[in-house]
Amino acid sequence: MESFYALMSGFTVAMTAANLLYASVGVLLGTAVGVLPGIGPAVTVALLLPITFKLDPSGSLIMFAGIYYGAMYGGSTTSILINTPGESASMATALQGNLMAKSGRAGPALATSAIGSFIAGFIATAGIAFLAPWMVKFAVQFGPEDYFALMVVAFITVSATFGDSPLKGLISLFCGLAFGLIGIDKLTGQSRLTFGLPELLDGVEVTTLAVGLFAIGEAMFVVSRHRVAEEVMQMTGSLWMSKEDWKRSWKPWLRGTMYGFPIGALPAGGAEIPTFLSYSTEKRLSKHPEEWDTIGAIEGVAGPEAANNASVAGTLVPLLSLGLPTSATAAIMLAGFQQFGLNPGPLLFAEKPDLVWGLIASLFIANAMLVVLNLPLVGIWVKLLKIPTPWLYAGILMFAAMGSIATKGSIAELLMLLGFGIIGFLMRRYDYPVAPMVVGLILGPMAESQFRRALQISIGDPLVLVQSPIAATLLGVAFLALIAPYVAGGLNKFKANED
Amino acid sequence: MPIKKRDFIAGAAATLLMAASIGTASAQMELKILAPAAPGGGWDGTARAMQQVLTATGIGKSVQVNNIPGAGGAIGLAQFVNTAKGDPNQIMVNGFVMVGSLITNKSPVNLGMVTPIARITAEAEVIVVPATSPIKDAKDLVAAMKADLAKVTFAGGSAGGVDHILAGLLAGTVGLDGSKVNYVPFSGGGEALAAMLSGRVTAGISGWGEFEGQIKAGKLRAIALATPDRLKDNPTPTLKEQGINLELINWRSVMAAPGITADQKKAISDVIDKMVKSKEWKEVLVQRGWDDAYLPEPAFGEFLKTEQVRVEAVLKSVGLVK
Repeated sequence: MESFYALMSGFTVAMTAANLLYASVGVLLGTAVGVLPGIGPAVTVALLLPITFKLDPSGSLIMFAGIYYGAMYGGSTTSILINTPGESASMATALQGNLMAKSGRAGPALATSAIGSFIAGFIATAGIAFLAPWMVKFAVQFGPEDYFALMVVAFITVSATFGDSPLKGLISLFCGLAFGLIGIDKLTGQSRLTFGLPELLDGVEVTTLAVGLFAIGEAMFVVSRHRVAEEVMQMTGSLWMSKEDWKRSWKPWLRGTMYGFPIGALPAGGAEIPTFLSYSTEKRLSKHPEEWDTIGAIEGVAGPEAANNASVAGTLVPLLSLGLPTSATAAIMLAGFQQFGLNPGPLLFAEKPDLVWGLIASLFIANAMLVVLNLPLVGIWVKLLKIPTPWLYAGILMFAAMGSIATKGSIAELLMLLGFGIIGFLMRRYDYPVAPMVVGLILGPMAESQFRRALQISIGDPLVLVQSPIAATLLGVAFLALIAPYVAGGLNKFKANED
Repeated sequence: MPIKKRDFIAGAAATLLMAASIGTASAQMELKILAPAAPGGGWDGTARAMQQVLTATGIGKSVQVNNIPGAGGAIGLAQFVNTAKGDPNQIMVNGFVMVGSLITNKSPVNLGMVTPIARITAEAEVIVVPATSPIKDAKDLVAAMKADLAKVTFAGGSAGGVDHILAGLLAGTVGLDGSKVNYVPFSGGGEALAAMLSGRVTAGISGWGEFEGQIKAGKLRAIALATPDRLKDNPTPTLKEQGINLELINWRSVMAAPGITADQKKAISDVIDKMVKSKEWKEVLVQRGWDDAYLPEPAFGEFLKTEQVRVEAVLKSVGLVK
């Protein structure tokens, strides 16, 4: 109850007219920059942070919260509309979201993503307010072997992104794993597969691979099929979510939040694993499996988007209570907090309660402001797709290249983008799924480092991988997920009956 | 032109900023600060703190920060050497970690190719153990290392970084084989912190700031600082006090472009001098937990050379460089 009163007093600070104005300006700016393809929330927040320097602490804090949520939302918009995820966490959203946009349902896809983000953000922010001290105790107990077990679960469940042919899916996944080996080995500092090119030392950037495979590959594919007449994507149905869409979205929102918040709160959890887990869960549970490879299923947007937003709110748990930034965005937020004299750490809640609760209240307000401002914008965003196809794809190519240059600023990166574009084109041409490749690139290096760290700490004793209760449980889950489809051949039927 | 869009956005942000502060800016120097790291790291934080102070004090106008991440700063340095040559308005933030990463990555460019300006900040390195550990001080730790070096696991930041180098130096200083140190690199001090708190590793090494909260909350025990002297208001003893002759600080510095004239070098040095002596900068140091380690030229150039020699030696001893 004490937390509740503290939160209410936080709201009274944050709810003045001037602060609400700052929140709306922050949300608009964040969305405007975040919507540039290839520019993720981290870069957006970094670019816009200086604007908040001039305001008073509560004003700049609330504008900052607005920028942050706006940037998150802007990223999903480009994923859905033009298939260019600005960061790895929006990748799962792009998969179904872009299919929906192409079949004329961009409106509902954007709406479910905005509302899902709002709901996930709301629940997760409440989670920060009331559960943070408890969550963090659990989170620090997660050791390398537990993370490795979590990756095993993720690897097994991502088979849902494989499409029809497991063989082609595995080929794609293993290519991704191979790309993941490029660069400096985290544990020994030695470079692998870099061929003497300094640009490769940091490995393959996930967004470069994703934008190359998704956006560039697709643009090439469209051109190759000579569908270049003055054709315009048709809008079918309503701009807004139908009753059916709501019915199909609310469970994925909640499930996504349940994956996102706890995993995001882990010091090395991140946003990728929960979005993939959510995506594959929704795919397994879906009552419309035929839509996943054709017109796009709304569950596949609702779940991952909620998981993404909840996990980002989850990263605030270790950030505020341990002073531990677990993502690039969180690290920039840390710098932002320090500018307001907020030094995150275990003593923060005790030392600076006004600022912390003011921040949490600001997050609530910014989150609500985001939906209010952005839902009317859905109509405008969707008009983007009415641009004739050749122009639209030319624009996508240009923005994808610009996004890549803006984040890395190197020619090598641009060449890699082009190379991945060609690979993406060939994969589309010969009907290989592209998502597993990106999944392999993201999860492979994480799984490898955690595995080796666990063994290094145990001085080579492999039993460490199963001795921890968390790891043992997760590996059990992974094993069940692996054998379940064979043991109970009618798993899908069973699930369908259950609902 | 590759960086146009970013410039545009930064420019737009700067315009907004200026609009908010008309009248306070007495135009002096336009600066572009290169942070050779991704947004969020220490160099980026330093560059952005400089931007904040230079703008707020009016020492500089339209200060922009560009990030060129990669290979521990080697990519950014290469770009700086190639494109900023002779440009008196461009500076770069770097530090101790770059000295090591240039060596381990066999970088074709080196710090001799840029114009040193000054060392500006430092972060103290601290060695901690979990609060429940039987190890009470640095002597206990060294005794444990001497008993069985492989069993003493150290958690810290990336391989070849300052934390790793300190672990290697510690082993070397007490007469053990640096290449046998069981150092577990995490992606930054934060993740290492979790390994410390769960008691999985024997000791942790990181910047004081990353562990400070947990030390004050009593979850971690600070057993030694690697600084030359004790920190203000901080009871943690130094390694030297405990009979281990070893000092190491994680310093950050400012470099200017290659090929600038002596006058231009002086102009940049003056800007940095004014900045580090401003009230605003002192506030930033307190906020971020950085120590003032201001060391202008020519002393900085000498310091840099000795650090290069020492880092190369320790990287060889831990087996990172053949």
